[in-house]
Amino acid sequence: MAPPAQSQRSPSPSQPSGKGEVSDLKLQLRQHAGSRAPGADDAKRELFKKVISYMTIGIDVSSLFGEMVMCSVTSDIVLKKMCYLYVGNYAKGNPDLALLTINFLQKDCKDEDPMIRGLALRSLCSLRVANLVEYLVGPLGSGLKDSNSYVRTVAASAVLKLYHISASTCVDADFPAILKHLMLNDQDTQVVANCLSSLQEIWSSEASTSEEASREREALLSKPVIYYFLNRIKEFSEWAQCLVLELVANYVPSDNSEIFDIMNLLEDRLQHANGAVVLATIKVFLQLTLSMADVHQQVYERIKAPLLTLVSSGSQEQSYAVLSHLHLLVMRAPILFSSDYKHFYCQYNEPSYVKKLKLEMLTAVANESNTYEIVTELCEYAANVDIPIARESIRAVGKIALQQYDVNAIVDRLLQFLEMEKDYVTAETLVLVKDLLRKYPQWSHDCIAVVGNISSKNVQEPKAKAALIWMLGEYSQDMHDAPYVLESVVDNWDDEHSAEVRLHLLTAVLKCFLKRPPETQKALGAALAAGLADFHQDVHDRALFYYRLLQYNVSVAERVVNPPKQAVSVFADTQSSEVKDRIFDEFNSLSVVYQKPSYMFTDKEHRGPFEFSDELGSLSIGADSADNVVPAQRVEANDKDLLLSTSEKEESRGATNNGSAYNAPMYDGTSMPTGASQLQSELAISNTMVPSHSPSSSLAVDDLLGLGVPLAPASPPPPPPLKLNEKAVLDPGTFQQKWRQLPISLSQDYSMSPQGVAALTRPQAFLRHMQGHSIHCIASGGQAPNFKFFFFAQKAEEPSTFLVECIINTSSAKGQIKIKADDQSMSQAFSTSFQSALSKFGTT
Amino acid sequence: MISQFFVLSQRGDNIVFRDYRGEVPKGSAEIFFRKVKFWKEDGEGDAPPVFNVDGVNYFHVKVAGLLFVATTRVNVSPSLVLELLQRIARVIKDYLGILNEDSLRKNFVLVYELLDEVIDFGYVQTTSTEVLKSYVFNEPIVVDAARLPTLGPASIFMQGTKRMPGTAVTKSVVANEPGGRKREEIFVDIIEKISVTFSSSGYILTSEIDGTIQMKSYLTGNPEIRLALNEELSIGRGGRSIYDYNSSTGSGTVILDDCNFHESVHLDSFDIDRTLTLVPPDGEFPVMNYRMTQEFKPPFRINALIEEAGALRAEVILKVRAEFPSSITANTIQVQMPLPPYTTRVSFELEPGAVGNTTDFKEANKRLEWGLKKIVGGSEHTLRAKLTFSQELHGNITREAGPVSMTFTIPMYNASRLQVKYLQISKKSKAYNPYRWENWAIFLAWLIDMQPSCRSDGMVAYGEPGGLGLQKQHGHIEYTLYMYYKSLLNVTLDL
Repeated sequence: MAPPAQSQRSPSPSQPSGKGEVSDLKLQLRQHAGSRAPGADDAKRELFKKVISYMTIGIDVSSLFGEMVMCSVTSDIVLKKMCYLYVGNYAKGNPDLALLTINFLQKDCKDEDPMIRGLALRSLCSLRVANLVEYLVGPLGSGLKDSNSYVRTVAASAVLKLYHISASTCVDADFPAILKHLMLNDQDTQVVANCLSSLQEIWSSEASTSEEASREREALLSKPVIYYFLNRIKEFSEWAQCLVLELVANYVPSDNSEIFDIMNLLEDRLQHANGAVVLATIKVFLQLTLSMADVHQQVYERIKAPLLTLVSSGSQEQSYAVLSHLHLLVMRAPILFSSDYKHFYCQYNEPSYVKKLKLEMLTAVANESNTYEIVTELCEYAANVDIPIARESIRAVGKIALQQYDVNAIVDRLLQFLEMEKDYVTAETLVLVKDLLRKYPQWSHDCIAVVGNISSKNVQEPKAKAALIWMLGEYSQDMHDAPYVLESVVDNWDDEHSAEVRLHLLTAVLKCFLKRPPETQKALGAALAAGLADFHQDVHDRALFYYRLLQYNVSVAERVVNPPKQAVSVFADTQSSEVKDRIFDEFNSLSVVYQKPSYMFTDKEHRGPFEFSDELGSLSIGADSADNVVPAQRVEANDKDLLLSTSEKEESRGATNNGSAYNAPMYDGTSMPTGASQLQSELAISNTMVPSHSPSSSLAVDDLLGLGVPLAPASPPPPPPLKLNEKAVLDPGTFQQKWRQLPISLSQDYSMSPQGVAALTRPQAFLRHMQGHSIHCIASGGQAPNFKFFFFAQKAEEPSTFLVECIINTSSAKGQIKIKADDQSMSQAFSTSFQSALSKFGTT
Repeated sequence: MISQFFVLSQRGDNIVFRDYRGEVPKGSAEIFFRKVKFWKEDGEGDAPPVFNVDGVNYFHVKVAGLLFVATTRVNVSPSLVLELLQRIARVIKDYLGILNEDSLRKNFVLVYELLDEVIDFGYVQTTSTEVLKSYVFNEPIVVDAARLPTLGPASIFMQGTKRMPGTAVTKSVVANEPGGRKREEIFVDIIEKISVTFSSSGYILTSEIDGTIQMKSYLTGNPEIRLALNEELSIGRGGRSIYDYNSSTGSGTVILDDCNFHESVHLDSFDIDRTLTLVPPDGEFPVMNYRMTQEFKPPFRINALIEEAGALRAEVILKVRAEFPSSITANTIQVQMPLPPYTTRVSFELEPGAVGNTTDFKEANKRLEWGLKKIVGGSEHTLRAKLTFSQELHGNITREAGPVSMTFTIPMYNASRLQVKYLQISKKSKAYNPYRWENWAIFLAWLIDMQPSCRSDGMVAYGEPGGLGLQKQHGHIEYTLYMYYKSLLNVTLDL
């Protein structure tokens, strides 16, 4: 990216415009250049200050380069520093002049004062001029060996500077090796820390081309190195501790006792007043315990108090950074925070970015015992002077209503909002009432009575208007004046600027017509005419479609537009669980604040030194489209499930499962109204690929969890060799049905080979491997170290099906296999072939 | 790692600008400032402290009306960068004595010196005022504190850094006093932020105290300090529910939900006798932050009443009652209350004979402000305000006003009952120090039991061992109290 031209502020009366002053300065600097008269340094200081202040406000003073260098012959350290600052800023743009500075900088690198040596070395390496690198190597080499730790500290980061100017010079001079030696042996922890950060950057960027660098990078995560850092951690400055902890978070301990040792060692870091240290420690704890569900849950309990303390101490900004992380944890395991909801109440003077997070947390932790209080609190915010927050609060109430079974009280509250007679409150509430009705049609009576009183003229926001129109169409039989209200809206067709509203209007009028033909006929005619003349393509097309449909057959139109409605059980989650897991893996980084994984907002080269999971992430993103053979319906098995208690588990499993079905890629994002899915299936467009998501699918989940009592396999007869159908097909609906019906015929533990575990970092490869053995995956999910797969296979000669649930924990290299079969006598034989296929994974 | 650091004035001018890695284009300061400015104008509230524009991440904190900004392209820890920015502001304040635009502009060369040592090629080196002393050669140019506009107490928690009360704390850690002698001083403050929400029937719904023991040390030669807290102090609320108020009533134990400590603090004997040992670094730092939800008695009760008085008028009656003993006096009390957005004019009516009161209606953010110089324990004060509206009332007016918040300072009193029982400065061992420090302890008779002999100004003077300068203990305790009377307002209208 080309840097934009340097910004020039428009000169204000108080600020120098530039030119005249700069040439004036030039003259004065010349006068003082050679002067060694007493007081000359003071005069120079004043001049230098002026130069630097111009530089700061963006005036180009690079033309003074020569004069500045001439003046730099001095023993005054303040002058030297100012000169170094100036030179560092302009050397890149004036490589020829920069050569002039080399001489005095090199001389200063040999000064007897270590302070001067360090400063000179730092400035020398900050010049960023490629053709001067030859002058850096010597001073840098001696700097790394200097007896003074300040100089070594400077030298350790100077190596990195050199690397960025000329990587080959740095590597050829063998500086990385020297750094490594220093890192492991130096007494001064700041030297060690700078070596570590420099090496991480150098090796990460070298790793793509050099195997040795890649090995070295891996070696940073080896046990001796990690323990070396851990044992000294309290000697490091708080900032260097963050660096070390970030490294430790990527370390994979060999066994559980090691995990506990590390956690005990780091326990007191959770009491640190520096939020960055605490978060880095928490990351270590969370990463280490991923494979130990119960300890992982204890970690959540342990870190709650320190996080809450950090949120309420320090500045708003610091508090926000911590709160974002707390938000992430709450979203992952809301049940663990459900008794802490009062901490998420908003305070009047908090900035809206904090309030927004808190509202989401309140929504997430709402459960049967605290809903009343949370909703009462949220209703207070609805009158907030901060309108965006008031809107968010109303939405939050709605979301809670959609989550809960007992919505009675909440519906009343929502209807009270409508009585507040504030435009934005009404607008938000209408949208919510619409969603509520889609989920709880039984409330239509109460809602319609209130909604019917709202004049469409008072509703201006497109989304709200569309919601109101949808309700008028949907419940036209219950709302006495629906046809007339719709008619008046149709009359003002030209004033309606939002295409969304016009689309809804067409559909609503048609629905109303089908229920109350005589009253609506006129409005329908007008709406279709206006729609056909509409300039918006979608509106035009829909009007035309309805027109032809009505011409063709009114009863078909009835079935298309007004089919019996199924209540929506769960609204789609906007973020896939995969993305959420990625964000969790990137704990204590910007990903958490932005609520996006890093690949969405950073270039590859800037993703930070330890991003081993890059390849995995991009692979699994592309997987959905690549894997067309069996449409994978992903089943969640992330640590949320591990954390929740059993009763919650079923519920949330049902929800997520269902949610992803709703999210399935078959809906191609048309702007169809809510009846879209019915419409599609009615017209039999691409029905083959649609997995059946009947309302009963949530019931099937109990059995998907494998809670059924496993039948002990009666010692089977020696199995005949089993031949499997390579092209077996099974749609997810049938799979679920079968899985529900069949008992478990075989349940076995399985140990994976280390190669298999290693290869499992790429689940797609695993699925392809199994497919090679005629075992097909129908659903998969989870994140390291816990993976869960559902497979199926069919016998070659006859339509006898085997279903498998396979859970693999990569950190313990253990797996668990549950097999269900049409023909149970064959399950042992199938198990054998399944395991042999499994054992071959990673070896080829 | 960060790429650039800069400080912008309120108008968006660069006061200092340091580019460490040259990865982010130079125009970043303007891009940043425009974004922050328009965020608010677009009606989305304040810009969040972290945002991304074209792949560049911008971090900022607001301190003393200035914007401290860092940029990077890397996915760094946001907590680390924001903490760092706050810390840089604090280090600069330690050196300049006062942190504001004026002092920063006068001392920008010194600030560049600091920045050179704080960050190298984007990696943090040190933020210790102490360590940095050996690298800084510029003398600070001290800005006259008297000319500064005083920040109201309300700004304490808005600004992020917790301002120390008193005037003496505006001095630099490096500047010499007039007369060339350095005063040996250490300031200890307990600052507590109290948040209370009352239900319509007067019950406390939520209450929390967020406190900080803050120190500012000007002691030479790094003596070790022991700080003793209440012996009956327990931390962590075990398995009990956090809002279980009955658990501790009556007993003298102070129960903190949680706390954390500055890195200089040693906790070796903390579990045994609740003492903290530390060698205080130079400058200002929080010794300990704590959080408490144990039941406590709020020092004030506030009543707010709104009555409609015709279509375009209403009256607000604010009552403040001090619920602490009459031997104690609260200072610089500031009460604030947001009024309905269509309020155009407010006329105030104080009690007859009221002194030291100020009243104001802040048109821009529609806020009523009531200031009182002092309130004696047990007394009650009332303010009546007549509001005029630009439009007719509809709906519930009480929903659109409030909540009431108040800030105040009460010397020698704190709500959490957490005490610093004594502070002991250990014997100096370093030979070059001309002062001889005896192993003497300062027993502070402050806080709880409020004996009549207790001095009310919070300053305790001590004898001077070996002709040492005045040893000053700073005993002010500052409070911010946020009281939420939302529902209460509702009830009063029903009458």
